[in-house]
Amino acid sequence: MRDIDASVITRRVGEACIEACTVLPADVFEALKRAREVEQSPVGIEVLDQLIENAEVALSEQVPICQDTGLTLVFVEIGQDVRVVGGGLYDAINEGVRLGYEEGFLRKSIVRHPLDRVNTCDNTPAVIHTEIVPGNEIRITVAPKGGGSENMSAARMLTPSEGKAGVIKFVVETVKNAGSNPCPPLVIGVGLGGTLEKAAILSKKAVLREIGKSNTNPVDARLETELLEAVNATGVGPAGLGGRVTALAVNVESYPCHIASLPVAVTLQCHAARHVTLVI
Amino acid sequence: MKAGNLEPNPDPVRLATPLSNEEVENLTAGQRVLLSGVVYTARDAAHARLVEMLRRSEPLPFDISGQVIYYAGPTPARPGRVIGSVGPTTSGRMDVFTTELLAVGLKGMIGKGERSREVVDAIVRHKAVYFAATGGAGALLSKRVVACEVIAFEDLGCEAIHRLEVVDFPLIVINDCRGRDFYVEARSRKFS
Repeated sequence: MRDIDASVITRRVGEACIEACTVLPADVFEALKRAREVEQSPVGIEVLDQLIENAEVALSEQVPICQDTGLTLVFVEIGQDVRVVGGGLYDAINEGVRLGYEEGFLRKSIVRHPLDRVNTCDNTPAVIHTEIVPGNEIRITVAPKGGGSENMSAARMLTPSEGKAGVIKFVVETVKNAGSNPCPPLVIGVGLGGTLEKAAILSKKAVLREIGKSNTNPVDARLETELLEAVNATGVGPAGLGGRVTALAVNVESYPCHIASLPVAVTLQCHAARHVTLVI
Repeated sequence: MKAGNLEPNPDPVRLATPLSNEEVENLTAGQRVLLSGVVYTARDAAHARLVEMLRRSEPLPFDISGQVIYYAGPTPARPGRVIGSVGPTTSGRMDVFTTELLAVGLKGMIGKGERSREVVDAIVRHKAVYFAATGGAGALLSKRVVACEVIAFEDLGCEAIHRLEVVDFPLIVINDCRGRDFYVEARSRKFS
């Protein structure tokens, strides 16, 4: 058993919140630059130029990439040979969020109840997904998720006979319906199979995969290529102002499912595809 | 409509708030605008309060006549900075409140995303304009803000009404006062 002090988790999560909100991941930055070369629409090119400059300004002036510094989504992989000491794991993560959002001058965007809507003023609680894995480390991914793109995400329980065509139709419909709202060019995560909630979590994990890396399963990799093509044929374009580049990537994650089911969840991630992974 | 009309004019016009009817009439969908002067931020919670005040015939916290509302909630300013990141939020959530504000003189709105049929019609009826700023470019846009002050609903935190002074704030006209919609027009163009 390896002991990890809760205070270490707090400190590292706090730092990760600040970094995630101000430093655009290199793969996303490079994808924006490639999109700038591919785009034909004059207004689309203007938008992509702004987004590239925006990422540079955020980094050099230590100001958040986007004013929506998100709901703090946290994925935790806990090695089964690890014991957290000196406090609870969830408390340690939330304390880190509290610290990071205050010290990093990030926006506090969480309300305590969906109906009474009183701001908690420290961006807690985070939404935390945990998994037990082999080993003696804790791996934490902090992914602030903006409301504009999350609001346009969707899930549907298709029937098995709808198959691949049904999946493509649903993803394209979701992107078209979202238009300008989720801040395209998007990173699209598609969760396929499992159950309603399994598909949704897979769609979130899919968004975190590095841009340009295909799924290792050839069936899913093929679907990713077809989906990217179909989404970019919609003409939604950068900022929804028309153009070729509606998505920078479509990542698919799949899981076995019931003989009766074909669950599909689509997470739309804005171009500020922020995430930081740390290992303790 | 001729295809040539769909291509936006890349030369931006400079405008200052408050906006006059004549200035609004001269704007067309797709036109780039550099806006200077005062704009007021308001999001969901502030809109709910503004409309509640109107319905109770109470005075609004600022004179809305000819003014521009920016759908935005900035991040807190670091010491020495005017404001934090300040890009647009999704405008559609404000649609249910917008016609009542246009009826009392609101002239312009800045946000991102499509408006409802009802709002597009009210924009025509009241001679107003809806602009988009680039979503997710909040760091860049913050450099065009020269002053920021909370003037109402401080308890709402980032959703409070901020009075911003902007210089050459880059916008594009989406809905003009003749009923044109640049999102609809832009998507019908083909780029192979």
